[in-house]
Amino acid sequence: MNTENIQVPTMAEMASKGEQPEVLFWVGCAGSFDDRYKKVTKAFVKILNKVGVKFAVLGEEETCTGDPARRAGNEFLFQMQAMSNIQVLDGYGVKRIVTACPHCFNTLKNEYPALGGNYEVVHHSQFLQELIDEGKVRVKEGGGFKGRKITFHDSCFLGRANNVYEAPRKVLESLDAELVEMKRCRTKGLCCGAGGAQMFKDAEPGNKEVNIERTEEALDTGASVIASGCPFCMTMLSDGVKNKEKESSVEVKDIAELIAEAEDLV
Amino acid sequence: MNYLSQIAFVLVLAIAGYFLAKRIKEIRGNILLGKDVDRSDRKSERMKSMLLVAFGQKKMFKKMIPAFLHLLIYVGFLVINLEVLEFIIDGLVGTHRIFAGPLGDAYTVALNIFEFLAIAVIFSCVVFLIRRNILKVDRFSGIEMKSWPKLDANLILVIEIILMFAILTMNATDQILQTRPDANYTQTGTMVFSATLIPMFDGLSTTGLIITERIAWWFHIIGIFAFAIYVTYSKHLHIFMAFPNTYYANLNLKGEMNNMDEVTNEVKAMLGVGGASTEPPAEISRFGAKDATDLNWVNLMNSYACTECGRCTQQCPANMTGKKLSPRKIMMDTRDRIDEIGKTGGDDGKSLLGDYITKEEINACTSCNACVEACPVNIDPLSIILQLRRYVVMEESSAPQSWNSMFSNIETNFAPWKFPPTDRFKWANDLKTEEKE
Repeated sequence: MNTENIQVPTMAEMASKGEQPEVLFWVGCAGSFDDRYKKVTKAFVKILNKVGVKFAVLGEEETCTGDPARRAGNEFLFQMQAMSNIQVLDGYGVKRIVTACPHCFNTLKNEYPALGGNYEVVHHSQFLQELIDEGKVRVKEGGGFKGRKITFHDSCFLGRANNVYEAPRKVLESLDAELVEMKRCRTKGLCCGAGGAQMFKDAEPGNKEVNIERTEEALDTGASVIASGCPFCMTMLSDGVKNKEKESSVEVKDIAELIAEAEDLV
Repeated sequence: MNYLSQIAFVLVLAIAGYFLAKRIKEIRGNILLGKDVDRSDRKSERMKSMLLVAFGQKKMFKKMIPAFLHLLIYVGFLVINLEVLEFIIDGLVGTHRIFAGPLGDAYTVALNIFEFLAIAVIFSCVVFLIRRNILKVDRFSGIEMKSWPKLDANLILVIEIILMFAILTMNATDQILQTRPDANYTQTGTMVFSATLIPMFDGLSTTGLIITERIAWWFHIIGIFAFAIYVTYSKHLHIFMAFPNTYYANLNLKGEMNNMDEVTNEVKAMLGVGGASTEPPAEISRFGAKDATDLNWVNLMNSYACTECGRCTQQCPANMTGKKLSPRKIMMDTRDRIDEIGKTGGDDGKSLLGDYITKEEINACTSCNACVEACPVNIDPLSIILQLRRYVVMEESSAPQSWNSMFSNIETNFAPWKFPPTDRFKWANDLKTEEKE
């Protein structure tokens, strides 16, 4: 694609032109700051550009949804974050939000309404599935994934927390790859170990790290790609793969990256 | 003589009724020590959940073998209790097998079904005893499964087996008595399962048989009354609590954490956002939960509904990697503590957090909802863990240091990591420069 034409409009720019995007892309802290997850953000933006979805981001106006604070017990901090975010979102008249972070997704969708923030919130896997269903994203002959084994790791905040199990799998199926399931998947999926604000502190003493247990299970499938749809899961599983010294043969990729790759966008 | 047994029966019934009522009142009172939470909405959805999950055993079927065996005991319990109705009428009126006459052949069929179920219950209980004590299925062990919880589980299984044998003994001796002209017993038709026990009692005199039959009858009915009272002290209370528990369970998506409205008002005032109530704030006793009475009544009801089956703990990622957290222990501690508060009034200087549940346990939780998903009766241990965390952070300010750093990062940089907010949008520039290269 013509690389110089990639647009990342902000809500502020759009508002100054008197325009309203179809959807706000909520990037999230990991998507903004984490070097690995920034690649996912960029891949998703490229897909949005390619398809011609009229979107915008908040840019520097975006702040943490408050999820880790709330899960750790800091309700004050959560509500401070939530209410100021709601003010910004309502100020721009946001109706629909897409995000690549299941934690942001869950909080914006389920927890902001109690504080007066009502939006239609979708996870990027659901958004990608819509694009595939509408024929806007059509992966050519599997985009080089044909015959490769991919396993999908259910994020707790997407799966059990919100019952989103099929959308990411539908997206992966469009790659024409062989989707293999781990022993624990869907409702029984094993956590990566980072939810509930665990991402931000060391684990309590035990005999194993959760991400190692999960990575072993993913490796057992024989898949060469571990697909995820969550920045925390991506970090935990990437660390797990490194710990098992498998990074030369097994990749941890976000579903948006896989689609972008298949579409020759990266 | 007959009047004597009727009087005795009324007495037994009254004593059992008294203790049962007292216990029900105690438990109800303990549950109501919890904070209020409104679960009076979405009645048809609640009814549906109760019918599917409690009555229909839906979530049990995630594990087929225990589900099938449990179903046998469950159906046995429901159906055999119909026979208890006959016991009670006979006991009060002084009759013998009062349903035999009016029901005729249907009575024989019903009794054979009861006996089949009695055998099925014995079979399931034996397999369960083997699973617990010989095969040592993992989820029946754990730090919380010592002494009483372990004994309780085995006692229930043994009592059920004995009660079922009492029915079979009673029916076997009754069948022999029906053939003795001097006893003049009501004809019931053949009861095939207890008939196999006939050779054991065949040699007894008519009087001996009558005594054995009566002992078995009294043993069974007193056993059932005693069991009903025992159940209220046992994990076996789930046979009743499963119903209200599934009815009043949280129907929202599992990911949604409940909002603390008492905090909302203060935050609104702090931010100067409209809608902050002008009324003086209600007396807030405590943020989050330190003791069992700070939890809501559904949390407390959950603790009485817990069967200690350990499916939650088995699925818990923290527990399976050797951390101290066990969702089952959270529920058992909550029940033990609220029981204690019910007795002592709670002014004993102890609290749920600290004396029962440690910070190490609650800090290990990833809030992944595996425990909530796994529970066959829709218990929510996560809700309790998160309320305890709220207390630790908001009242004690004693969260792990790295969490405090995360909090201050969010406060000052609006992100959980220490990055300047001005760098938040740098990825977009990177995107353009990368593309040019």
